[in-house]
Amino acid sequence: MSDTGFWIVQTLNGVQLSLLYFLLSVGLTVIFGLMHFVNLAHGALYALGAYVSVTVSAVLGYWGGFLLAPVAVAVVGIGLYLLLIRRLRHADHMNQVLVTFGLIFVFTDLFRIGWGDIDLGLEPPTLFSGQSTVFGVVYPTYRLFVIALGLVIMAALALVLTRTQIGAMIRAGVDNEDMAACLGIDVDRVFFGVFCMGCALAGLAGVVAAPVFSVTPAMGDSVLIPALIVVVIGGLGSLRGAVVGSFLVGFIQTFGAVIAPQLAAMITYALLAAVLILRPAGLFPARS
Amino acid sequence: MSFRPTTRATALCAAITVGALSPLAAQAKTSVGLLLPYSGVFAALGNEIEAGFTVAMEAAGATDQFDIIKEDTEVKPPVGLAKARKLVLEDEVDVIVGVVSSGVLGAMRDFVHDAEVPLLVANAGNDHATGEQCSPYITRVSFSNAQINRPMGDWLAGSGVKTAYIMAADYAAGHQTMAAFKESFTAAGGEIVGEEYTPFRKTKDFGPYLTKAKASGAEAVYVFYAGGEAISFVKQYDSFGLKDQMGLYSGGFLTSPLYVNAEGPAAEGVITALHYMPTLDTPENKAFVDAYTAKYGKGPSEFAVQGYDAAHALLSSQADGETRGAELSAALSRYSANSPRGPISIDPATNNIVQNIYIYETVAGENGLTQRLIDTVENVQDAPNGCVL
Repeated sequence: MSDTGFWIVQTLNGVQLSLLYFLLSVGLTVIFGLMHFVNLAHGALYALGAYVSVTVSAVLGYWGGFLLAPVAVAVVGIGLYLLLIRRLRHADHMNQVLVTFGLIFVFTDLFRIGWGDIDLGLEPPTLFSGQSTVFGVVYPTYRLFVIALGLVIMAALALVLTRTQIGAMIRAGVDNEDMAACLGIDVDRVFFGVFCMGCALAGLAGVVAAPVFSVTPAMGDSVLIPALIVVVIGGLGSLRGAVVGSFLVGFIQTFGAVIAPQLAAMITYALLAAVLILRPAGLFPARS
Repeated sequence: MSFRPTTRATALCAAITVGALSPLAAQAKTSVGLLLPYSGVFAALGNEIEAGFTVAMEAAGATDQFDIIKEDTEVKPPVGLAKARKLVLEDEVDVIVGVVSSGVLGAMRDFVHDAEVPLLVANAGNDHATGEQCSPYITRVSFSNAQINRPMGDWLAGSGVKTAYIMAADYAAGHQTMAAFKESFTAAGGEIVGEEYTPFRKTKDFGPYLTKAKASGAEAVYVFYAGGEAISFVKQYDSFGLKDQMGLYSGGFLTSPLYVNAEGPAAEGVITALHYMPTLDTPENKAFVDAYTAKYGKGPSEFAVQGYDAAHALLSSQADGETRGAELSAALSRYSANSPRGPISIDPATNNIVQNIYIYETVAGENGLTQRLIDTVENVQDAPNGCVL
């Protein structure tokens, strides 16, 4: 492999990881921004998406899981919303954190009861197995699919948020909830819709990640921290923040692993600390 | 010379003998603390070990001879130590069996040594436990990290591979396995062209590391990964197309029967070394696999056989009439048998097991993935490494 080839592959690795983080954190950040609601169970929903996709794929193939898992996760999200989250809507952050943190344990044990302690795997679809040549380098086709999918979702969300009425309502709700309500926007309903969408995206991230990583009961825990860092670095509630935050964290982790593996984990936290000191509201806060 | 059960033809025979002797030994029930992870990342391993233990006990009809008290280490060293204290001080067990994590073993080593309670290690491979940190009260019937990986260095160099790139999870087991491989591989004329230790349990995406390994131009990659990390690693290794370019070699936990089906076709062609493979063609193993499959509806893993042998070591010590303290420890360390994994014995110098190491390839079979035996390294024994018993 040539030297340029090496760096092209590493850049693709960085883009792929960044877009996975983007799928996870975009729901988290909008829920956070719109509702000031801290949903630590977001990672558990990601794991749920992966587990559902493993089960569904066994019957309907990868694409069955790909379509159904986000729907199933959104349905579970609706259940959570009606049972718990609606009541916590105006509770203080500590209560929200405690309840959703508790949900992580509940979900982890449900995964163990339902799918067992042994880690599972999911085969990528045959369409995207093997390697392809891009920019003169050989790269796993499935990872290229992850990149393409991430970019499509990113573009679609940008379009909805900036060019549609629903997007305007969401932005208004993030900017000033009371004012938006005064103008006749049903903020609760907007939030409900956003929450479902965020859950579905977490589920989608789970399906997409399952063929690359292993499916384990605690898989949500390990991605929750990077996703929260993305949200804090990017700024609560902003799509642009989620994009920039994801790429910063994804690239730092990838290139950190290449250049200084011992420091890779630390650099992410150093960046987080620096952002909190210099720009406490994040790089691109939705509310200026 | 004391009576050694080596003379018995098979482990099964031993079980029958013990069964016949049991009325004598069972006057006072021996209480056993089964200290395993039942939750956390190694929960599946804990369950397998207990399953193997149970199969042996039931086959010997010895279930009534023992009071078994289960405790969960949660794979956390402080919890493991607290549970060991509870078993010894509150439940007053005669012997502790189990311990999966090397970290937990390290944490409780001094306690069992000082309390003079026999500990029968059924997994944790920490080299120090039968090296500089060895104790007359600690007997290991599983494996040591060096024992599995040292023979691979010789074998790989002997098979004509000149250069290797090594990668492992960044914790005690990863470093010990790599050190053992590196030493024997370089001594046999091989060259390590690069090495990488990835953050343990934090690494999901091996892409950046695999790209580096590929760029190194080594002929082989030698790794240590287990559990969920093994699944991610093997699949990503294959997805980057590395398997066609440089062979993947490892200790056998990489392609353990517990996880290999989750890895799928990506695991085909991976060559690993381990103290057990479920397809070993011996009567002892056939009997064990049949008994295990009949009870649990699936085949055993190396962890199950460790639990099975731990139970037999315990039964054999009871047959010798020893149920407590130093005498029980001594009886455990005299154990030898024809196990499903082949002939095993305990090294009197370190209390570590002496056993065969099998080098095999994971291949596609009729019912999913199976193993093809390539080579057997017989009676692998660790050097004392500073152990004075």
